Amino acid sequence: MTHQPPIAMLAELTHRCPLSCPYCSNPVEMARQEQELSTEDWVRVFREAAELGVLQLHLSGGEPATRRDLTDLVKAARDAGLYTNLITSGIGLTERRLRELDEAGLDHIQLSLQGTTPEMADEIGGYKGGYARKMQVAGWIKEIGFPLTLNAVLHRRNLHQLPRALEMAQEMGARRIEVATVQFHGWALQNRDALMPTREQAKEASRLVAEARVALKGKLVIDYVPADYHSDYPKRCMGGWGTTGLNIAPDGVVLPCHAAQTIPHLEFWSVSDHALGDIWQNNPAFNAYRGTDWMSEPCTSCDRKLKDFGGCRCQAMALAGDASVTDPVCKKSPHHPDLAARADAHAASDAALVYRSAPGKAQTEPAE
Amino acid sequence: MEGADIPCLPRGVRLHHDKVRDAWVLLAPERAVRLDPIGHAILSRVDGTASFDQITADLAATYNAPQEQIAGDAAGFLNALRERLFLEVA
Ligand code: SF4
Ligand code: SF4
Repeated sequence: MTHQPPIAMLAELTHRCPLSCPYCSNPVEMARQEQELSTEDWVRVFREAAELGVLQLHLSGGEPATRRDLTDLVKAARDAGLYTNLITSGIGLTERRLRELDEAGLDHIQLSLQGTTPEMADEIGGYKGGYARKMQVAGWIKEIGFPLTLNAVLHRRNLHQLPRALEMAQEMGARRIEVATVQFHGWALQNRDALMPTREQAKEASRLVAEARVALKGKLVIDYVPADYHSDYPKRCMGGWGTTGLNIAPDGVVLPCHAAQTIPHLEFWSVSDHALGDIWQNNPAFNAYRGTDWMSEPCTSCDRKLKDFGGCRCQAMALAGDASVTDPVCKKSPHHPDLAARADAHAASDAALVYRSAPGKAQTEPAE
Repeated sequence: MEGADIPCLPRGVRLHHDKVRDAWVLLAPERAVRLDPIGHAILSRVDGTASFDQITADLAATYNAPQEQIAGDAAGFLNALRERLFLEVA
């Protein structure tokens, strides 16, 4: 059986990043610079991706701007026929670099926002002066005319800044904003006490988004990721395991989603040993949760199973200890009542932030 | 969409021929919209200089169909793209 080809690929060019956001989706065990794929490797992988059917390439990290060959990579991706999106905190981008990226054909930029004030943003990113630098970068992006999506990551500490984030997106000339409530994977899993929104905050955010969607229709497109610990149904993660997208880690390991390595029994293949198309079709890890055959009750007999594919496998692993059960976010999961109670307990905590550390370093670095 | 409106694709939105699936797609931030032959016929005439009237007249001539009917369908299609900010009007 051949599987329909993927549409989107996320290339994590590096795990290095000047910021140390406590919700970073990078794995706790990060790839070091020496392990990163070379320019030639990436160029080959981009070509293989386009031949496989990938249309959209997201260049991410870590901070992709820490790769010196970023402009060459963008050019190679465009030459391969891919739509290229740069996912960046802005830190490390200069005006000159942005102009080079423009010339190389970069299609779109997604700029992350840690907070709407310097105090909040620099505290969350763990990087002094980061906010000021980001605003400067946003100015250059606007001047050059790159299509922009502002990506506001929200949690208990900054959810009250959502209205301002919506204004900032418009001031920056963004056509889209992603209002993303923190998802508890990667580093965020260690920060549930510090970041979990309250139930009221989650409700208020949904209300504000619904209102803003009406008010800003035709001006700003709002993509919204609600707080899932407070939801009744899980998200359709990655559009369904192995159906639409794939991720490549900095060392070339190919993953069905960025957190997939938290599922211990799966073995992932690398682009250093296999062609991308071979991995997509034949790696048992990609086939493990494709479709619906792997499901058990309550999903098997549920009429939503093609809508959400049972939710997130990594979340089932993290919260229920078994990647093949119903995502505990689902109210039909036997683990759901426990999750809801835990969400409220996390939200009531006053724990301090645990910052992500740098690749290859065991200890968390101080915020400044 | 009025007859004199000049639709255009903003930067970051472009037509692309998907060889693997043998179909035209509209590529936009985080989205790839698969186009049917009619959608492609409309968008391939959106060049930032042709007015909506000129586009529908051309389509009517090419497909030998009444222009009013084509204008209705094309306006629906283009307005939906405009709402998602995949299309602008000059
Ligand atoms: S989430 Fe923060 S620390 Fe992680 S890659 Fe993005 S900017 Fe860097
Ligand atoms: S039971 Fe499974 S398929 Fe049904 S809504 Fe819950 S997670 Fe989705």
